[in-house]
Amino acid sequence: MTSADSVAPSAKEIPRASDVLAIEARDLKKTYSGGVEALRGISFSVRAGEVFGLLGPNGAGKSTAVKILTTLSEPTGGSGSVFGFDVVREAREVRRRIGCVAQASGVDFAATGRENLELQGRLFRIPAPELKSRVDELLDLFALTDAAHRPSRTYSGGMKRRLDVAMGLVHRPEVLFLDEPTTGLDPESRTVLWREVRRLAAGGLTLLLTTHYLEEADQLADRLAIVDKGQIVAEGTPDGLKAQLAGDRISLQLVESAKSGEARTLLGGLAGVKGVLADAGRGDRVYAHVIDGARELPTVLGALERAGIAVAGVALTRPSLDDVYLNATGHAYQES
Amino acid sequence: MEFLRDTWILFLRLVRATARMPVFIILSIAQPILWVAMFGALFRSVVQIPGFGATSYVQFLAPGVAIMTALFGAAHSGMGMLVDIERGVLDRLLATPAARGSIIAARLLNSGVQVFLQAGLIIGVAMLLGAEAKGGLLGILLVMLSASLLGAAVAAFSNAVALLARRQETVIAVMNFVILPATFTSTMLMSANLMPAWVQRAANVNPVNWAIVAARDGFEGGSPHELATRLALLAAFALVCGLFATGSFGRYRRAM
Repeated sequence: MTSADSVAPSAKEIPRASDVLAIEARDLKKTYSGGVEALRGISFSVRAGEVFGLLGPNGAGKSTAVKILTTLSEPTGGSGSVFGFDVVREAREVRRRIGCVAQASGVDFAATGRENLELQGRLFRIPAPELKSRVDELLDLFALTDAAHRPSRTYSGGMKRRLDVAMGLVHRPEVLFLDEPTTGLDPESRTVLWREVRRLAAGGLTLLLTTHYLEEADQLADRLAIVDKGQIVAEGTPDGLKAQLAGDRISLQLVESAKSGEARTLLGGLAGVKGVLADAGRGDRVYAHVIDGARELPTVLGALERAGIAVAGVALTRPSLDDVYLNATGHAYQES
Repeated sequence: MEFLRDTWILFLRLVRATARMPVFIILSIAQPILWVAMFGALFRSVVQIPGFGATSYVQFLAPGVAIMTALFGAAHSGMGMLVDIERGVLDRLLATPAARGSIIAARLLNSGVQVFLQAGLIIGVAMLLGAEAKGGLLGILLVMLSASLLGAAVAAFSNAVALLARRQETVIAVMNFVILPATFTSTMLMSANLMPAWVQRAANVNPVNWAIVAARDGFEGGSPHELATRLALLAAFALVCGLFATGSFGRYRRAM
């Protein structure tokens, strides 16, 4: 038995990326009592064995969607189901099948790593002898055996996060929800966690992952939806989404931020330029989306020079999820 | 069954956390002993006031301090709930199939058991200082039971406030606001015979006083009829507080 098998035994029953729907969100809406519209109707579905990413900035509504799908919160509109069980009406059935790793940890600091895992297992009604071996197995898998008897308040950030994930897996769930799993982790711990997530996915576990890191979604998700202001603005595979933005990006750094508007108007008028984007955070940056970067670069630079707009730096890049995101959320993108 | 099982599992978690705080345990033992000794010495001569109706102040004081300890100890129960909310522990528990009510019930049980043991200890110390358990072992158990019921009720109230306010400062302010008036409109330190009429009336409807009277009746071997009435009232009060806590818990979950 390989370690991946042991984590997700359901792999044998559910073929990878099968037609079985693991998670379904249908027009989910959530308006809080204060009137804040966290979700304005989002729909997506995740097939069994798939790694699905919800990508978006903080406050986009990703965590709200996860809270609804994990039965912690009730939607004010629409419905959600996990393996066909309604998250409101059949919450108990849903809870039995899901593992949750929430953004706000969930580790009891006063208890040791082992005790945290055991409590979780008992609440899921795992018989004592089986629980013992399951806990040993998870401690080993997540490299926590040496720290198992220490109060978890003494754990490093990475260890706490690994314990969190292990706690979500004690009862061998069919779906694991990971809400911002690497937020606040150092790069090394993040790499370790990514490796764990890939291993779980390889074992056939269905994963729903939220993140505001583009790279994380790109690296881990089979499919992803970009969430912005409570709505899904783009959905597809990371490669598919990038392919929609065929072409290259010319990133320009201007000497004078004041000339940004002028530069955008100028570049927007060029035949080979598909779109121009300003960076809201950095006024001196202008991005041009072009069909063929090598051919358009001299044209772009020439046009700027003739207009007397001095350029401090220039870079030519392939489209990344970054471009997909900015394009999809659309705040600053100007179609030419 | 599921509810009892989950309550027990979650109760053990709280007990274990307490067991890991030796300073907390030592103070929980030392404080009530200190109160018996201090108040006993300070108010020793009040029994000489005509009409007080007791001969030994330690005898009079012991059941009162047992209840006072329950009141003060259980008042902080809601703080633990707030820590669980902040750490994400509550959300994690809610995402398991555990019976919802067990999450609150475990905290009430924890407070109830804690003050049950403290009450027993206080009576033991008082007896070393000369108090006499005229109601026998049953009487002592009645003191402990009264403390437990009040402790569970106060813990429920504290948790309800915590779940509604979700701020430690508010919980502390509300509990302090309630505790002292509830203490001083009771016969904890002063015989009812010597109270102004309005304080007596307040004491009659004060659940803390119900617990004190029940405990004192048990300890003194008083009228079983009156004792049963007080215990029933106290149990009803605990039930109301429990419903308040459950309701607040439901509200917290709906607000998520």
